[in-house]
Amino acid sequence: MSEPLLQVENLHVDFQTYGGVVQAVRGVSFDVIAGQTLAIVGESGCGKSVTVQSLMGLIPMPPGRIHQGSARLRGQDILVSKMIAGQDIRGSQISMIFQDPMTSLNPTMNVGSQIAETLEVHRGYSKSEAFARAIELLDMSKIPEAAKRAKQYPFEFSGGMLQRAMIAMAIACEPAILVADEPTTALDVTIQAQILDLLSDLQKETGMAIILITHDLGVVARMADEVMVMYAGQVVEKGSADDIFYRSGHPYTQGLRQAMPTNNKSTEAERTLESIDGSPPDLFNPPRGCAYHPRCPYSMQVCAKQVPSASKLGPSHQTQCWLHHDMAGPLPDGLVSVDGAAR
Amino acid sequence: MKPLVDIQNLVKYFDLGGNLRVHAVDDISLSINPREIVGLVGESGSGKSTLGKTLLGLHDKTDGRVYYDGQMLPQRYQARDFRAMAPKMQMIFQDPYSSLNPRMTVGEIVGEGLRLRPELSANEVQDRVAYWLKLVGLSPEHRSRYPHEFSGGQRQRIGIARALILQPEFVVCDEPISALDVSVQAQVVNLLGELTEELGLTLLFIAHDLSMVRYISARMAVMYLGGLVEIGTSSEVFFDPKHPYTQTLISSNPEADPIHERNRQSTTIQGEIPSPVNVPAGCRFANRCPQAMPRCSTTTPALKPVPTASKDLQSQQLVACHLYD
Repeated sequence: MSEPLLQVENLHVDFQTYGGVVQAVRGVSFDVIAGQTLAIVGESGCGKSVTVQSLMGLIPMPPGRIHQGSARLRGQDILVSKMIAGQDIRGSQISMIFQDPMTSLNPTMNVGSQIAETLEVHRGYSKSEAFARAIELLDMSKIPEAAKRAKQYPFEFSGGMLQRAMIAMAIACEPAILVADEPTTALDVTIQAQILDLLSDLQKETGMAIILITHDLGVVARMADEVMVMYAGQVVEKGSADDIFYRSGHPYTQGLRQAMPTNNKSTEAERTLESIDGSPPDLFNPPRGCAYHPRCPYSMQVCAKQVPSASKLGPSHQTQCWLHHDMAGPLPDGLVSVDGAAR
Repeated sequence: MKPLVDIQNLVKYFDLGGNLRVHAVDDISLSINPREIVGLVGESGSGKSTLGKTLLGLHDKTDGRVYYDGQMLPQRYQARDFRAMAPKMQMIFQDPYSSLNPRMTVGEIVGEGLRLRPELSANEVQDRVAYWLKLVGLSPEHRSRYPHEFSGGQRQRIGIARALILQPEFVVCDEPISALDVSVQAQVVNLLGELTEELGLTLLFIAHDLSMVRYISARMAVMYLGGLVEIGTSSEVFFDPKHPYTQTLISSNPEADPIHERNRQSTTIQGEIPSPVNVPAGCRFANRCPQAMPRCSTTTPALKPVPTASKDLQSQQLVACHLYD
């Protein structure tokens, strides 16, 4: 396997508030490989967005603080300095599209100029060159009549079209990594399918890596090569998409999968939805031991006392759960053991 | 069986001034049997919520009739009509953040409907509020708190308690889960399912999450641009969709199954839902339909039973498409 493009190690981010310190990200490590899609999954408030925002330098400091960890893009640290070879990495190396395209674009500028601005700032294009390129980019993002659309304002675009314009802006400088933070949550399924297709096509053409943040496991199954499941600011499981969907090793991953209806005609015998009881922990004061233990159906005494260490379930598949410890009893149904057999 | 809610040719236009009007709901007929859960799906702007609100009198009807238990509901509700119908028909709203008054305590929000029951003493009202809070999985002590102290899932439970405290027979659930996280969605859907069973409720469940609608409802209706394009049992519509629009909708729905997703034939349709102001003549879906024929842009197809192999067996599945004429 080639050297990862981005290596994040042991990232800790917290926020000082009047109510105390919120420990939003607590020791997250992952690699991003060129040309692949890494999906980060988890409930609201689990630290998915904070993780990528800290890579982008979008955490307001103070109150935010990255107090531990490193992130290296092609070997160069990007947490300390936002510049590589005199260029701001934001926009040129890593760019981002957001959940709500309606509020992420400037309503007082036409769409073409907003895209052109990126090129003027990062690539030193002249105004007219940049605008011409913006039209090409809109066209690449499959916006019909791009030349006419470039002169229009965001309010004249529908939600799906705005997300395409955001994508055009994000790929303007041919970034190595595109971060997509819930890119289709606000969109209808038919438009979602169009946007996901567009992202995969652009990835094939440009070879960029995508970090996709979502809570929709359907979107994950469609897009992801690698998946990282987060809970309460920590990674509970990571592995290939197949590992996560067919060989999940953590009760939380299993819980998320069982909370969604499956549409398999053959297993039509109506499985009831298993909900995960309770709600995610308070990050002012995360529980001792495994953060998931208060909600975990299989929780043991040790879970409340000590943080589990990582167990390797496959070449790139690992999980943090005491159930995989030698001294734990047989695994519950549906979870995969260290030797790879589902019991 | 006599339907509990019988919608006949319901029309709701919004006038924009000039000669422009939004065709939000255009000639919809649908009947809902007692204790049935009917799912209603469609893209944003297809008129799902308007249909739900018009049923309850939150919008005046432009044309058409709605019968509730055999009784015709007024075209335009007066205050007394709301008082008469509120104990029978209720609504659960989409956004648990904006649908609860931030200045009222949870007890006031949940108990407000009981003002229609003046014979209840203050203590009885308190008892009922406590009972319903418990039933939806909250604690009676929560009644003196304010909505901002609760999470999205808990707020949605408050909304459910508010809708059910008058013990209505019919509840319109307008996207009750789309603002919630996956694990919490399952909690709310299971709660709704249990309550429906226990209380014998009839639900119109509006959502755009197709898998969830299939899971919860017995029948599924699909709307496009103000019109009903297909209706049938949930498994018929989901696993054997007839209308080209339903087919695209279902095939756009990503499944939580990587192998299935890798083998997916790309079937995305181009374009977006047209504006409901200038509704195209003929079939509304014709301009995006991969199988459109010349007559599709001239004559509007009617909702008819899908032809079945045997003549005497009539299908429950209805579709509005010329392909099945």
